[in-house]
Amino acid sequence: MIPEIGHFALALAVAIALAQGVIGIFAPGLRDARAMRAAPALAISHFLAITAAFLALIYAGVVSDFTVENVADFSSSAVPLIYRITGTWGNHDGSMLLWCFILSLCGVTVAVFGGNLPASLRARVLGVLGLISGGFLLFTLSVSDPFIRIWPPPLDGAGVNPILQDPGLAFHPPVLYTGYVGFSVAFAFAIAALIEGRIDAAWGRWVRPWALISWCFLTSGIALGSWWSYYTLGWGGYWFWDPVENAALLPWLTGTALLHCAIVVEKREALKAWTVLLAIATFSLSLSGTFLVRSGILNSVHSFAAAPNQGLFILALLAITIGGSLLLFAVRAPALAASGFYAPLSRESALVLNNIFLCSITAVVFVGTLYPPFANLLFGIQLSVGAPFFNQTVLPLAAPLIIAMGIGPMMAWKRAALVPVLNRLWLAAGVALLVFLVMAANRHIIAALGLAGGAWVVLAALSDVAERVRLFHASPSVTFNRLLALPRAAIGATLGHIGFGVMVLGMAGMTLATQSVIVLKPGQSTMLGGYKWTLNDIHDAPGPNYSQRVADISVADNGKVFLNLHPSRRFFSAQKVITNDAAIHTNGFQDLYAVFADEPPGSGGAELRLNRHPLAPEIWFGGLIMALGGGISLSDRRLRVGAPSRLKKPAGAVA
Amino acid sequence: MRSRKQKRLFLVLACGICLSAATGLTLAAFSSTLTYFLSPGSVLAKKPAPGLEFRLGGVVQVGTVATTINHGSPTTAFRVTDGTASIPVTYTGVLPDLFREGQGIVAIGAMTTGGTFAADEVLAKHGSTYMPKDVEQALRKAGKWNPKFGPPPAADTWNTMPVKSTNS
Repeated sequence: MIPEIGHFALALAVAIALAQGVIGIFAPGLRDARAMRAAPALAISHFLAITAAFLALIYAGVVSDFTVENVADFSSSAVPLIYRITGTWGNHDGSMLLWCFILSLCGVTVAVFGGNLPASLRARVLGVLGLISGGFLLFTLSVSDPFIRIWPPPLDGAGVNPILQDPGLAFHPPVLYTGYVGFSVAFAFAIAALIEGRIDAAWGRWVRPWALISWCFLTSGIALGSWWSYYTLGWGGYWFWDPVENAALLPWLTGTALLHCAIVVEKREALKAWTVLLAIATFSLSLSGTFLVRSGILNSVHSFAAAPNQGLFILALLAITIGGSLLLFAVRAPALAASGFYAPLSRESALVLNNIFLCSITAVVFVGTLYPPFANLLFGIQLSVGAPFFNQTVLPLAAPLIIAMGIGPMMAWKRAALVPVLNRLWLAAGVALLVFLVMAANRHIIAALGLAGGAWVVLAALSDVAERVRLFHASPSVTFNRLLALPRAAIGATLGHIGFGVMVLGMAGMTLATQSVIVLKPGQSTMLGGYKWTLNDIHDAPGPNYSQRVADISVADNGKVFLNLHPSRRFFSAQKVITNDAAIHTNGFQDLYAVFADEPPGSGGAELRLNRHPLAPEIWFGGLIMALGGGISLSDRRLRVGAPSRLKKPAGAVA
Repeated sequence: MRSRKQKRLFLVLACGICLSAATGLTLAAFSSTLTYFLSPGSVLAKKPAPGLEFRLGGVVQVGTVATTINHGSPTTAFRVTDGTASIPVTYTGVLPDLFREGQGIVAIGAMTTGGTFAADEVLAKHGSTYMPKDVEQALRKAGKWNPKFGPPPAADTWNTMPVKSTNS
């Protein structure tokens, strides 16, 4: 009964969403105030209907209702409760519903908190969101319905894919999707503005927080995913340039660009058309990223199983959304009058430069990701573009971006002078150069460049703050008061840059990683990374829905054992799958990583892969700091106060 | 004070430089890093030069997997087949969890002068019925399997199976 209610709620949501779309978009043109007021109400009921459907699906998962095909295929009674819940979106159909749920959540947020928006703009934004939602709900309902019943029901479900039975992955999709889908609001604002033909600073002040929220979630989502693949897949890597990863990276790159150029719209009312284009591009890349991987057009090492019959529907939806919005842009963009003058050497130009670099990187990653399917389609050759391609193209483009990242934030608006800025950066530049020379002397050129770049970004951001609070130039109390008085947006931006620098440090450290694959018998030991690793013992241990073999490894430094690692091999009898559970010990500055890969018959021992990863934790710390910086920036006074109220200089008060 | 035209010139110049740098980098990287996908049959037909990196895809032939341990490192030797031909492969290191006989895999590496494929990396995909897309295409080309007619036949029968004519 409950699944039928969910199914009905889903059908209801399609109807409401389409009504919201049509009314929202056409009511302002007809100057029908009542119809415009209907749009928020429709958005709320649209949200309620999808919530009902989503809860119904979760309920079916929780009570293990195996008459629902989705539950029977991807859950089982032995699965712990938490994974029965998260398993609802661990498969194609359920994740579609999650996607639509988050989209409607965005819509309802605009409807509820958008009271101070002009009524026509709000109606149009909700209309665009309604149309997108309607299209994808229709897809969910007609082609990938999660509520389909099967008869007779199986005695037990097929179970959750063991590799998905992990807290990191359970919360990865919702976070990542919130990031993807959040950009739909920036997109809807862009389309609404194109229809209205008017963009001003207030528009920028509305779009920026949305871009910022989505960017925070997308950053956390990508970091979570990377962390997950690092500790569960047991390959010891954090980024594989796999199409799925690139699909998330592309909107992140344009989203970062959008974040920066929305500042220019907000403060200086320049770069309007470009900002609109970026908002369209970011959401288009989010959409195509999510769905090209789904439709099986992009061939990925880890993705949902491809469902070719759904590909055409998705492609049509993508073509309408992306093509339609670009067409609208081409027709209406010239009407967006440019204003705001700036010199080639100014904060505006620095932000333009940031955008140019980020978009070049986007273009390169885009080409590398989509060339293989196109080559197959056009020339019938099968080829692949791997990590070497991306390393060779992205790194040279990232290097000038990293250098500019240190200088840009110190430039003044309108017109800046380079000499005083450089005067404040000699310390950061000196340290970076020193780091480079020390590492280069040890012949680690790539690591030297990376570490120097990371140090440069972190120190440049810190010297900016030090200058603003007059560190060492005023009494400590003055410095402290100035620090408290800094606008949170400035603190957030600084943290964002520091986080990126920390991440670069981590990636550079990973190039110095050492690894060895070795078969050890109990009692034998090996040397790696300056430590002595000894296999003490292999034993059996119980688990909730798997059995496992655990290797007991001790790590010694100069004869003193300081660590025991217990990597295991888990046997999931329901799916007949074996997973390797890596044991990772981190002290914040390096990871010791052990995988129990196999017990080769006849060897009497364990096949182990041992890794030492210097600075690896900094990759995810960096991501976390970046997302945190975005969050702090979001709590800035001027964003909380609301869009249409005129921006005043934040008074020295403690916010 | 600079004119609007000069400002625009600066923008166009910056975009142009970046765009051409991106294009140049892409083309240069394409020429050196693109890896082609070959099935065992096309390896024998095209005879890629030893040392040239490519991706070999097919199914691990049943009964051919043997692991030896040299200096503590495990080396696995097996044959990869697409039904028309099979190629010996060696790999040193940890094989993916799902590596087993009859499983579709993709190996990245190069041919040695001795006619063996030395793999640097072996990928196997999760899911018991999954077939890597490239491998599926190779099997279809070899006339061994059409996904329209159900799951693939057992891998050990492929080298002896008569080639069916398919309508794909």
